[in-house]
Amino acid sequence: MRLRAFAFFVGPSLFLMLIFIAAPLVTVFWNSFHVTKPLYERVEVETCTPGFPKQVCTTSVKQQPILDDRGQLVTETSFVGLDSYRNVLELERLRAALANSDWRAFNNIDFWQALRFTLLFTLVTMPLVIGTGLLIALTVNATLQSIKGPAIFISLLPFIITPVIGALSIRWLFIGDGILTAALEAWTGRDIAMFAQGWTIELMMYLYRVWHVAPFAFVVFYAGLQTINQEAVEAAIIDGASRFERLRYVVVPHLMPLIIFVILIHLMDAYRVFEEIVGFTSQAHVISLQWLTYDFLMPDEAGTRSISRASASAILTMVGIIVLVILPLRRAWRDRKGVH
Amino acid sequence: MMYKSKLGMTVAALLLASGSAFASCENTVPVKSLTNAFPAYVIMTDVMTSCGSFEAELDKDHRLKLNDAFSVNPSLYTIAGVANATSVPMFEEELVRPLDDLIAEHGQALDPNQFIRVDGKTMAIAALFNTQHLMYREDIFSDLGLSVPTTWDEVFDAAEAIQEAGVVDYPLGGYYMAGWNLGFVFVNHYLGEGGEFLDANNMPVLDHDKAMAVMERMKRASSYMDPEYLVSDTTFVTKQFQQGKIAMANLWASRAGAVNDPNESTVAGKIRMAAGLNGSVQPASTVWWDGWVVAKNISDEEAEAGFKLVVASLAPEVIAANNDDAVWLAPGFTPGAAAEGAAATAMNGAPAYPATKAMAVMHTKLGEGLSDFMTGDKDAATTLADIEAAYMTGAKEAGLVE
Repeated sequence: MRLRAFAFFVGPSLFLMLIFIAAPLVTVFWNSFHVTKPLYERVEVETCTPGFPKQVCTTSVKQQPILDDRGQLVTETSFVGLDSYRNVLELERLRAALANSDWRAFNNIDFWQALRFTLLFTLVTMPLVIGTGLLIALTVNATLQSIKGPAIFISLLPFIITPVIGALSIRWLFIGDGILTAALEAWTGRDIAMFAQGWTIELMMYLYRVWHVAPFAFVVFYAGLQTINQEAVEAAIIDGASRFERLRYVVVPHLMPLIIFVILIHLMDAYRVFEEIVGFTSQAHVISLQWLTYDFLMPDEAGTRSISRASASAILTMVGIIVLVILPLRRAWRDRKGVH
Repeated sequence: MMYKSKLGMTVAALLLASGSAFASCENTVPVKSLTNAFPAYVIMTDVMTSCGSFEAELDKDHRLKLNDAFSVNPSLYTIAGVANATSVPMFEEELVRPLDDLIAEHGQALDPNQFIRVDGKTMAIAALFNTQHLMYREDIFSDLGLSVPTTWDEVFDAAEAIQEAGVVDYPLGGYYMAGWNLGFVFVNHYLGEGGEFLDANNMPVLDHDKAMAVMERMKRASSYMDPEYLVSDTTFVTKQFQQGKIAMANLWASRAGAVNDPNESTVAGKIRMAAGLNGSVQPASTVWWDGWVVAKNISDEEAEAGFKLVVASLAPEVIAANNDDAVWLAPGFTPGAAAEGAAATAMNGAPAYPATKAMAVMHTKLGEGLSDFMTGDKDAATTLADIEAAYMTGAKEAGLVE
């Protein structure tokens, strides 16, 4: 392809990537090293509020933000180096917790507690998603031609549901005396509160994520199964390979590139776990890295937010994802080189 | 949670058709409002909807949107419902306009007690008075021969008796949802003990002995609640009451109408209101107002239309027709059984919520930090130290402390 034609093809998407990916990334990176704060002055203010039954007036010295001529907040931006990262990571507390090998203290530092959950969530759900996806794909592949269509459709349903809605539905099934909790109580004969402790919430999150993402793995694997060389399978049968051996030595190696692909997508997705935390309102028990960023960004009652720490936390999440996907990426890269 | 009430709209339309004073509220200028979602706001915005060209957004997380929505030009909403705490940045950053001229022109019917004045200028029109007080099931209390508690220790005694009798699932309800609600429970208890949060320079001055006593009390209270109390907000507690699952709760006065609403409640008429519970120094409840502000970054025409709708929504007929749904500040309100608790709490001298920017940071950190104590992950001393450290980090980043 000529350079001109190439530029015409790639130009627009490159431009969009610059605007929607590179620019925000640079801004977030810049924000994580700077803090912008409004300037305050002390003024005496008289405030009158409704009393019951009579009005109450009080005069007090208040710290008020300074406004410029156009009514905008006067702010000051300063370079703070790694301060925001330090405030997010809280390394001294981490060191103290590790020195005393105090698991509870470790779990009490927001970032490390979030990292613990995020990593465990990612690594526990990954094999389950792959396994469940493969199982559904093999099952559907083996069913009668006539019911394949409906079977595929039904298997795909969980993936179509918006994640937040899915999480909320699970929450409503279990919260308080929700239908499923009530059923569990009737079955076990004891009082069950699924949202009263961290581990049950975490368990529900794992189950929910596998339920939600397994269909994606299924679709990918099912497509892969259609391209299996039937001669190789027949040869394996003649050689006396059992069903499991055929799966182990013919099917799985054939699907390997797809498995790596699903692993990559799942690692990137699961590391940004967020909907489960919001949907289950689990922040008292379980938080994730993405939720931490969101929490820094949320304004409090007086509209104050922690943009700098949110940026630092976002950058750290990105670094985490890069570290995680490097292994499967390297493997995919080596496979590619091997083929060509 | 957002919703637009259609039923209320029809009711208001019927009122309109019957030819009451509502007819004067006809509106043709587009007006949009952002408010909390509790019953009083549903009532007021329904009246506004009946006047025409009006769009209401009722959202219990409205505080997350308020500031940004009103700082852009033109403002995304014409009017908003704010309370003590949410009004702080709106006033300080001058996102809302002074209403004195509009009051002189259209607001004759309002009671001057409703005017929120900052340095002499009226910045908001208060609609209702709000506080937190005890609500209890009168039938259960009289069956068991219990007297109405006035302090938390008496609440625990009553809770023990009710638990022993086993008449309800859980003796006590509480809005202990991690975050703002949980922080608020602490703020109320701690103020009741005469505690202070911040000094004049915004430095934290938590009295650890008082704070730890309060935390132990909160933990004790939680043992009488549904074990999922950390996800329980005001609406959840209201429903627990309505479904007959709890026997008492210290709850927002703005829910006093809903717990006895025969359309929603299975125990309507059985719940009575009593004063907010006393701490050792003053009532462990805070006094709030809820009311209307008009955006600064809109045209004068829109501001006028918005203000006229506010006045219409507070007309004496509206207040009289919904008398028990709130402790209204507007003329036309007759304090009834539903307002008993709020009135008694105010009479006992409940303090105003100490709304400042720095307090908002402190409140948020309390709400986040205390959940670790409630789950048992942290002891009280560590929790408090961590909250103070988190406050300092947040306040420094916001420029509130040096």
